[in-house]
Parts: sequence; structure tokens; C-alpha cells
Amino acid sequence: MRLKLVPDEVRFPFMRWTRLAVTLSAAAVLASIVLLFTAGLNFGIDFRGGTMIEARTPQPAEIARVRAAVGALGLGDVQVQEFGDPRDILVRVEAQPSDAEGDQMQTVKRVREALEAEIPGVEIRRVEVVGPKVSGELIVQGALAVALSVLSVLVYIWLRFEWQFSLGAVIALVHDVVLTMGVFSALQLQFNLSTIAALLTIVGYSLNDTVIVFDRVRENLRKYKEMPLDKLLDLSIGETLSRTLMTSGTTLLALLALYFLGGETMRGFTFAMIWGIVVGTYSSIFIAAAAVLRLDVKRDWSGGAGGAAKGPTGVNFNGAQV
Amino acid sequence: MLYFPAWKKAVVILACLAGVLFSLPNLFYDRVERANDARKALEAGRTDPGLAEQAALWPAWLPSGLVNLGLDLRGGAHLLVEVELADVYAERMDALWPEARKTLREIRDLIGGFRRVDQGGPELRIRLNDPAGMPHAIKALEALATPVGGGLLGAGGPDIEVEAQGDEVVVRLTEAARRQIDESTMAQSLEIIRRRIDAAGTREPTIQRQGRDRILVQVPGVGSAEEVLALIGTTAKLTFHLVDSASADANTRPGPGKIKVPDADDPQRFYILEREALITGDRLTDAQPGFDQQTGQPVVNFRFDTAGARRFGQVTAANVGRPFAIVLDGKVITAPVIREPITGGAGQISGSFTVESATRLAILLRAGALPARIKVLEQRTVGPDLGADSIAAGERAVVVAFVAVLVFMVLAYGLFGVFADIALMFNLAMLIGALSALGATLTLPGIAGIVLTVGMAVDANVLIFERIREELRAGKGPARAIELGYERAFSAIVDANVTTLIAAVILFAMGSGPVKGFAVTLGIGILTSVFTAVLVTRLIISIWFAARRPRTLTV
Repeated sequence: MRLKLVPDEVRFPFMRWTRLAVTLSAAAVLASIVLLFTAGLNFGIDFRGGTMIEARTPQPAEIARVRAAVGALGLGDVQVQEFGDPRDILVRVEAQPSDAEGDQMQTVKRVREALEAEIPGVEIRRVEVVGPKVSGELIVQGALAVALSVLSVLVYIWLRFEWQFSLGAVIALVHDVVLTMGVFSALQLQFNLSTIAALLTIVGYSLNDTVIVFDRVRENLRKYKEMPLDKLLDLSIGETLSRTLMTSGTTLLALLALYFLGGETMRGFTFAMIWGIVVGTYSSIFIAAAAVLRLDVKRDWSGGAGGAAKGPTGVNFNGAQV
Repeated sequence: MLYFPAWKKAVVILACLAGVLFSLPNLFYDRVERANDARKALEAGRTDPGLAEQAALWPAWLPSGLVNLGLDLRGGAHLLVEVELADVYAERMDALWPEARKTLREIRDLIGGFRRVDQGGPELRIRLNDPAGMPHAIKALEALATPVGGGLLGAGGPDIEVEAQGDEVVVRLTEAARRQIDESTMAQSLEIIRRRIDAAGTREPTIQRQGRDRILVQVPGVGSAEEVLALIGTTAKLTFHLVDSASADANTRPGPGKIKVPDADDPQRFYILEREALITGDRLTDAQPGFDQQTGQPVVNFRFDTAGARRFGQVTAANVGRPFAIVLDGKVITAPVIREPITGGAGQISGSFTVESATRLAILLRAGALPARIKVLEQRTVGPDLGADSIAAGERAVVVAFVAVLVFMVLAYGLFGVFADIALMFNLAMLIGALSALGATLTLPGIAGIVLTVGMAVDANVLIFERIREELRAGKGPARAIELGYERAFSAIVDANVTTLIAAVILFAMGSGPVKGFAVTLGIGILTSVFTAVLVTRLIISIWFAARRPRTLTV
């Protein structure tokens, strides 16, 4: 007996569902963008500058007391939260307004002294201070890295497939990235450097499923010259569904282990990856293929000089050849 | 059939063995680390009795490279600092002024009266009372330029440029001169920071230049960045000045050629000093913490080099009875009265020191002054306990992910799943072996990269096995199905992995610190996983197939 997530060959009219899927996705993307502009991202100190201190207290920490103690220092916006364990707390202090970066170092000292006075025996486990100059650069670098990776993937897929596939893949990718940022905004999860790393990995990985489907579409286009494109896409997705789900499944399995066992520090990263892979698998099936269906593809590559194979779908070959 | 040429077999087997061999030391991390340290000490010529024994903890013929643990796993401080190069430009312009003044005085009948109007800074601005003298002034000042050593390209042109702005002559450094200053200042700063940190006796610090004006300092094992900052954050510029008046307040204006310097202990108190230093700290050859013979207070004893000792002897002889101030980084530490000429070249700085601060000042003075102030841009410190917790959590996650994927593959693909699992084990060994051999640094995100690799490595096998199933369903024989499975899945495998590799490369190029560690493990993991998932499983299958010759095949 074999463990199978889906039967070997699935016959299912995926393309009939793309209208619904595209509508849903468009709504979700729109909602994400609105969220990004209204609620915004909860930038960590990597991108906002400021001070972060992780501390372990001898007894379960009284968050309110810590907040009051650190708040009394007059350092502006102070956030105190539990960090994975009732004894672990995370204190974040906003970047100090004065331009002198030495101020940020002073902040660490003052917060530490306040913590030590309030909770005897507190252990400072981690301190991060990012000055405004560096945080500004990190934002630019992060955004650039994500844009650059999407662009390189676009070029690579273009080299390997027709441009319609490339565009389809990138639409799916942008969809994945925007929805991941959207969920970070909706849940106000901390968005920091490792989130950018997760986004880039999602860009690289969520493409895997798309490539698997596209590879099969290309093969089937050669094999079934007369089959309507929507039927052909249904067939290709159905044939590859089992492996698409299996590959995502093994990766999810590993990520779940990391999520539950890997410690609090990596949880944001892992959450982003898990979400990205689930969304990426969905978008490979529905969004990327739907984009290809709308954009249409050139089907006469097997060498028929004059006669473009007549697609019953009424393919506009001139448009496709641009 | 599933033909596998002998040389290819050999390459695959050798690569797997190398992976196992190079990853092996990490299983005995402590032992190997101790052996490596002992060997390094032996090579350095130390002959402590226990060393040979320690070195023998790990056989010399085995690879002994270990995965470097990043600061987030080992604990330590990471500081990114910026060197204030503009300080040095300003200092250069300051140093140019006396010479410029002298030059202009010589042609006073041509240009009339003039005075310096800038407040210090990267430009020297001189206002002429009579703008008609401008061309003469410019010409005279331009003559002060000296050529910048342009390296291989020959002379790089003059070091200053002079221009008229209204009734002011502006002198500033040329681009070439600035570049040269940048280079030498950075090199000197790196050297001095390294000396100071080494003097404090920390283990394996990393001190690297980053970009134009930044230095990255990573010190494993220290509990707080403040400790490191105390060492590298002070310029430690020591100067000796004659005191003009010792009782000035914030409102006193220093006269020409004088400077106002605050007291180190009482910021309300100021001294008026001669601007020109009698002697500076770069003439010091030694500095040691000690105690004052009379008061028992901690002090710093210092000694000048020969030229410094002679100069110090001369100025003290000429100024007996006057107070002089010892100024450290713009603050007067102490201002004793010169009782007699100090000719031995040795002296003592007493101030309100603790034993600790005296020791630190001695280290700083021995290492020399930083050529410019530094500013901390970023600081990250991880305590050793948190690092150890992170390693433990990371190990747990890797093991559980690994076992889960192994079981999943066997459940999904039976015997072929076992083949994929064997390949996965070799993959992990090769990944860790490669990290050790390359001396790459493993960070917490790097561990996440390993976990991710475990999950992704079998993807290629899934693609191949699913394809084999499909070929079998299409009625192909077992051997043909396996062959076609590998062949036809290959393009999708390559495309899928290249895109992830692109992301890893971009992340490596643009990322910093821990995130870079993730990019490294992810990137290497992709390469090793394609190798093991495609070649290793194929080798295993071909061996199995040759032995069994199955008539039917279930994958």
C-alpha cells in the first residue's frame, strides 16, 4: 500500500474553476494591498531602527510591570511582549529621535538597568540595536532583493519557456509575495530581515510547482496538437497534481518541524515560508495556469511552416508571437 | 538497461564518501575543537605539557574542519561601526592653516588683510579684505599643493584645490586626496581596532572593512557589546598642552591660538589651553596600569620613544612652574604643575581612575589612537545561553524534519522511498561536509536552511518516481520506465532548482549576517540535493536492478 495524497491521474475541470479562483485571488491581493497601505507592516527594528532586548526572568514575567518600568524611562514607544515562554520577554524601544547613534547605545544601558532593578536576577539574552542609517539601507536592500529575484526568475522562465509562461509564473509569484505580505500586515506579525529571506525563498520555491505544471503543459502541447487549451491545461494539472502536492508536502513537513521545534526566533520566518508554500501551490495550479489560458500560447513550434495548427479555442497566433 | 559507466560510479561514490568524511568531525565537535586549538598552539611554538595529548584527541589524518558557529549560536557581540572620515579631512585642513597663513602673510602687500572664517570642517575658508588680491591668493595657495601618490597610474594630481567664492578663498581636498586619506585611515583604524581587541585577549574576533567607511567587528563569547565598545569606541587621542588658565566656565571665549577643553570629571569646568600640542600620544612606546606610590590610587604609567623623550624633556625644562594638561579625546584628565624637567621619557597619568579604567586606558594607549572617531551603526549581541538553546532547538528541528521526511518517502514510494532516503542521508552529510570544508559559518537561519533543504531535497525524487509510475502505467517495462523517468523528469528538476538557486544567490549577495548564513546553506543544499537525488538514487537503483532483475515494478 502506498500513501497517496491524490489519485495518480486526476480528471478535474480546473480551468472551469479559475474564474472563481482568480476572483478570490484578486480580492485577496486587493485586500492585502489596502492593508499594506492602511495598517502597514509591523516593521521589526531591522527596518525601523531602535532597540530590542530579549530577557529571561526567574519567574513568569509580569508584562505589565515591565512595561511600566521601561515606559517610565521616557524613551517613547515601548513594546513588551511574551516571547515563546512565560519567562521570556521581548522589549522593543523605538529609535531615539536625536540623530546621534550613540543614543541608541545609551538606551540599551538604561533599559537593562531598569529591567535589573525591576526584576532581580533577570538574564539579558539578546540585544539588538539598529541605527536609523542602517535600517534605511536594509529596507532599500530588502525591497531591491525581492524585486531583483522576481525579475531574474521572469528572465529565466522566459529563456526556458514561451513568454506567456514566464508572465504567468510571475503573476503567480507576485500574487504569492503580496499575499504573504498581506498576512503579515493583517496579523501584524513582525516583518524583519528573516521575513525578507522567507519572501525570497518563496519566490524561488513556489515556482517549483509552477515549473512542474508548465513542463507538462509544454510536453502535452507537442503531444496533443488539436486539444483545446483549457482541456490541455486541465489534463496537465491533473497529471502532475500528485507530484505537486507531494513535493510541497515534504517541504511543509520539514517546515512544520521547524515551526514547532525550532525556537521562537525563527517562528516568523517559518510561518512566512509555510504560508508562502501553501499559497504558492494553490497559485501554481489556479493562477499561473489561468494566466497562460488567458494569454494563450503559440502551438506551431513542431515545425509546421505555414499552417498554424487550428486551435478550436480560436487562438490568436499573431498576438502570441509578439 | 540502466547502464552506469564505471568512472561515473566511482565519482558518485567518492563524492559521497568525501561528504561523510568531511562532515564527521562535527559529530565530535568539542573533541575536534580542542584538538584543533592544541595543534594551533603547538604550531605557534608553545610546548605546554597537556597540548600533545589534547592534539591527539582527533587523528591528524582525518579532516578536522568544523562548521563555524555564527554569533547567534555561539553567543557574542556584533558591531557595525562607521569611521568618521570627515574628521580626518577637517584635521588636514586645520593642519594646513599655519602654512597657508604664513604663505599669505608673505604676499600681504599684494592681497591685503585676510582671516580664516570657517569653524573647522572639510574646507578652509579665508576672507580677503580686498577681493582684488584674489588671483594672487589663489596662486600662492595652489603652490602649497603636493602631489597625491596615484599608485600604479603615476601621480594622481594635487592634493588640494583652491577656488574663489565671493570675497572668500576656499581650499579643499581633491577627490584623489580624499580617496588616499580614506584608504590610509581605514587601514589604520582596522589595525588599531585589531590590536585593541587582541590585547583584551578575546578568541577569534572578526574585524573586516565593509564598504567605504565601515568596519564590522564580531567578537565571540563576550556577554555585552558595551565591553567591546569600551575598547573600540574611544579614539584614545592623547595630547599634552600647556595650560593658559585653569578656571574657565562655559562662557569663556578662548583667544586666538587657544582652545577651551572641558574637565573629564566635571563637565562644568573648563581649561583654556594652547592650541598647539606639546607632544602627542603617538610618541608613546609603552603604557601600563599601576598605582601611585604616595596615594595608592590607580594610575597609568607611560614611556615615550627617544625623540618623544627628548622633546618632553625640552618643553618641561622650558616651562617649570607652569601647569600642563593631559588631554584624552578632548577632555582634560589631569593638569599637574611641572615641578622639574622630566628627562627620563617616562611619566604618570593620574586622574580619577579605577583599576579597570586604568587598565583599559593603558591598553588603548599601547594600541595607539584611532585616526578618527567611530560611530556605532548597528549592534547585535546574543548571550551564550540563548545560543546554546538555539542550537538545541535547531538540532531537534533538523532531526524531526529528517525522520518525518524519511518515513513519508517510504510510505509513499516503498522501496524506492528507501533509496531516496539513503540519498537524503548522503545529502545531509555532503551539505555539512561542504560547510565544514569551506569554513562557512552556520547561523540560526542557516539551520532553517538545512531543514528546508531536507524538505526540498526529496522533491527531485518525487518528480522522478512519479514519472516512473506514469511510464509504467503507459505500459513500459521496468528498466525502460526507470530510464525514462530520470530522463523526462530532468528538465523540471533543473528548472525548479535553478529558480531557487537564483533566489539564494541574490540573498547571499544582498543579505547580511545571519541571513547570509541561510543563503549559504540553502544554496549549497540545492547543489548537493540535485546531485544526490539524481545521481545517487540512480546508482543505487541500477545496482539493485542489476542484482534483482525484477519483471514487474511497483514504485
